[in-house]
Amino acid sequence: MVTSTDNNKRKTLVERQYYTFAHPPDEMVLDCGEKLGPITLAYETWGTLNAQKNNAILIHHAFSGDSHVAGYLKEEDERPGWWDNMVGPDKPIDTNKYFVICSNILGSCVGSTGPSSPHPVTGKPYGLSFPMVTIKDMVRAQKELIDHLGIKKLLSVIGGSVGGMQVLRWCVEYPEMVHSAIPLATTLRHSAQAIAFNEVARQAIMADPDWNQGDYYNGSGPTHGLAVARMIGHVTYLSDDAMREKFGRRLYRDTLSFGFDSDFQVESYLHHQGKKFVDRFDANSLLYITKAADYFDLARGDGSMLVNEGLANVTFLVVSFSSDWLYPTYQSKALVSVLKKNGSDVSFCEVEAQGGHDAFLLPNERLNGLINGFLDRVYDEQC
Amino acid sequence: MNNADTSCATMRFDLQVIASWIAPGSRVLDLGCANGDLLAYLKEHRKVKGTGIDFSEEKVAHCIERGLTVLQGDFREEVGDYPKNRFDVVVLSQTLQQIRDPRELLLDLLRIGKRVIVSFPNFAHWSCRLQVLFFGTAPVTDQLPYDWYNTPNIRVISIRDFHRFLHMIGVRVVKEVAINTHHHDCKGNTVRYFKNFRATYGIMMLERV
Repeated sequence: MVTSTDNNKRKTLVERQYYTFAHPPDEMVLDCGEKLGPITLAYETWGTLNAQKNNAILIHHAFSGDSHVAGYLKEEDERPGWWDNMVGPDKPIDTNKYFVICSNILGSCVGSTGPSSPHPVTGKPYGLSFPMVTIKDMVRAQKELIDHLGIKKLLSVIGGSVGGMQVLRWCVEYPEMVHSAIPLATTLRHSAQAIAFNEVARQAIMADPDWNQGDYYNGSGPTHGLAVARMIGHVTYLSDDAMREKFGRRLYRDTLSFGFDSDFQVESYLHHQGKKFVDRFDANSLLYITKAADYFDLARGDGSMLVNEGLANVTFLVVSFSSDWLYPTYQSKALVSVLKKNGSDVSFCEVEAQGGHDAFLLPNERLNGLINGFLDRVYDEQC
Repeated sequence: MNNADTSCATMRFDLQVIASWIAPGSRVLDLGCANGDLLAYLKEHRKVKGTGIDFSEEKVAHCIERGLTVLQGDFREEVGDYPKNRFDVVVLSQTLQQIRDPRELLLDLLRIGKRVIVSFPNFAHWSCRLQVLFFGTAPVTDQLPYDWYNTPNIRVISIRDFHRFLHMIGVRVVKEVAINTHHHDCKGNTVRYFKNFRATYGIMMLERV
């Protein structure tokens, strides 16, 4: 059919690539003290790196994301990448102008090394023998990839939620490699509330008998526990307003069941999200990545790690969303407050949005304008 | 950035005067920066490193979209984070009359900035005086366009009052000009005599003694 050919033609295809490093005996020494290697990172790129290599933007995905930010991996794919409304030709992060990179994080399960990857010696999945990784470890692995790509300085590092934590870690670890940073809907330390939700999600998985201490790769695995964990996650990503608007008390069926099947649309929505997640995500990866987020704290001890002379040269755009109760605005403001003390050039906007924490991923003209205008400016400053 | 955005003539007249007082390359903080006209002008024509603070999401987003550094928030709280002498100049234009604790604020601004420029509407302008004298009503003018029941202005200041205040809190006036504005405040002229009677705005550059 002509239309479908036309549709396919308009699809921007992207290829998933892999970079493997830290081969034994040169394994990476992790925050926890253990060694890990070899490490593979799955990554995708869009646009072209210019001759001066100064138009590179590194995007960090949130906890359950992957390297597939924009476009399509295959012609027949129906859905584009997770931030396709933001990244692409003539989009706010314009791939005609910028070279965009995104890698799947260490510990995840979408192409990068994680607990479901084969152990180099036994050939069996690591399971719980996979060492605990931190946000800092994830960022150190990404740095290997950026070095491999021959990029000395990133025009910008951008990410929301757990991706925003990586943005801040990049700034702390490699300020000389970062020209600008856009942490979205994130925090400089995980709050008690956020840790609490993560712990409930982990317990849901670990209480599932099919979890089997993480050794489940020759069976179906803790599908029920993982689905419940995802349902909890989705509650925290929405907001009271968003749920009222999206579902209200609308019923899923014609009348009440007077039983424990789904009566309400909000229930069936959560069940659907849980089921979908089980098909694409590894339960052990969820355990590891949520723990890494819980450990994240750039304000540990007396001083903040963000107080650092090198950071004075990084230009920041911090964005929070009014209905986000997982990483509320006060947490972004605390970040801004530290950056101001540091002498960094920092802009901040609280975007009015109903979508809750998820708002940073949803199409939003205000966010588009902020990111596009900010990137234009830092690009002009650098070039 | 197009020139219409940053040409001096379209800027509010008090901002035109303020811009002319700011040395090239200065570090400037603009409190209540609104659409960022002053900052954009200073950035383009004076190579100033500017930061703005405004309460409105829409205005802040507009500023960031046009490439300015701006923070959304209440500047009375936001200024507290900055270290001493972080800025060469702090600008407080047409907001002083809305501040609850002007003494504390000015002293804090003189901590984070080497100099502070303030502009404020002069409540002792002859048209205000005439309205009180002949009609017995609270004055409503182009510069003070509110009725008593909806005004955001909680302080009634004249140029003479402000001088007394500065003397009392021990702050020095480095430079001062009184202006008379018209055409929605976009045009104006300097007032040299009988300032407190004839000027619609007072503008002063202040520093610590």
